[in-house]
Amino acid sequence: MAKLKPSKGAPYARILGVGGYRPTRVVPNEVILEKIDSSDEWIRSRSGIETRHWANDEETVAAMSIEASGKAIADAGISAEQIGGVIVSTVSNFRQTPAVATEIADKLGTNKAAAFDISAGCAGFGYGLTLAKGMIVEGSAEYVLVIGVERLSDLTDLEDRATAFLFGDGAGAVVVGPSQEPHIGPTVWGSEGDKSETIKQTVPWDQYRIGDVAKLPLDSEGNVKFPAITQEGQAVFRWAVFEMAKVAQQALDAAGITPDDLDVFIPHQANERIIDSMVKTLKLPEHVTVARDVRTTGNTSAASIPLAMERLLATGEAKSGDTALVIGFGAGLVYAATVVTLP
Amino acid sequence: MAATQEEIVAGLADIVNEIAGIPVEDVQLDKSFTDDLDVDSLSMVEVVVAAEERFDVKIPDEDVKNLKTVGDATDYILKHQG
Repeated sequence: MAKLKPSKGAPYARILGVGGYRPTRVVPNEVILEKIDSSDEWIRSRSGIETRHWANDEETVAAMSIEASGKAIADAGISAEQIGGVIVSTVSNFRQTPAVATEIADKLGTNKAAAFDISAGCAGFGYGLTLAKGMIVEGSAEYVLVIGVERLSDLTDLEDRATAFLFGDGAGAVVVGPSQEPHIGPTVWGSEGDKSETIKQTVPWDQYRIGDVAKLPLDSEGNVKFPAITQEGQAVFRWAVFEMAKVAQQALDAAGITPDDLDVFIPHQANERIIDSMVKTLKLPEHVTVARDVRTTGNTSAASIPLAMERLLATGEAKSGDTALVIGFGAGLVYAATVVTLP
Repeated sequence: MAATQEEIVAGLADIVNEIAGIPVEDVQLDKSFTDDLDVDSLSMVEVVVAAEERFDVKIPDEDVKNLKTVGDATDYILKHQG
């Protein structure tokens, strides 16, 4: 048997830079109310959402990712050629093959970086971050770009009063690179496929190919609808608040810190009510800054954590070197939580 | 030791007070959580989880929608408490 050379990676990894892109069109609740019987007050009280961004035809998944990534690369102080891996988490890129990550890697000017897409819903950022850390420590890349990007407006049923107001579009990216000290804690992650029905796409794509209109959803005018994301609100809320608070605590324990050591809490921006309840259940001390980007960005699934991180740093609510707990959770159901040092 | 109907109503009143800020005396058997007590669907989940802990009972998601009034919740807990 031949003796193989071991791969040689960095001792640890850290987030070196972050960037975000929010589409130019800002959509207030008034626009949502054109198609559903609800009110601005109701939407705000159930979700905290005041506005969200919707992408136009030019703001594609790739275009938004490239904008966000360019900022993250500049923030990290490296050049695109140094990037050895590009991981894109999205559920709203409608061309499955080839992976959109390859186009992004090329247009950014990487040197033939390994590039692939992952599907982990609203936990996608944490999944991507965990893979990136592994690649760096294992030695298959020195710098890895992790992108969360969504055009959820394309998967929103504007006539469904329970979800029409929830979703937004955008891209968030981080550059992960080598470190002499641990700055990304152990990830606590997992899946609960027995709850797969609680958040899902209404109709699988192959139903459209079969063309059985009787099985396809129709809008109020009788036209066939594009698929949308639906959820069982109460079941998801219970799981997100009470089960995810346990996962968040496990991530703190795994990193060897307590809530008192935290500076920042960046949960997936699903709904401000979930955020409020998680903060209460976790008994986070008052000094911990809590991301509430959902108010003006809506729920952008995989993009929400890096977008919220970018905004907290841009506004000065958080600063480089702060210790942050990040937790993503969503369709699958899947989840991922870890403690990171902010770039 | 299983809780009595009175104890359950008093416990639910404490929980609803804590979660939704409703005065405890307003929480009566015939009151609807959503229509009378201003407990929306998400707060209802918090009430249910707090009640599960307090009364050692499991209230699965599919049963939550049937608990429209304080009386419904009280009956459910009386029947299912450990």
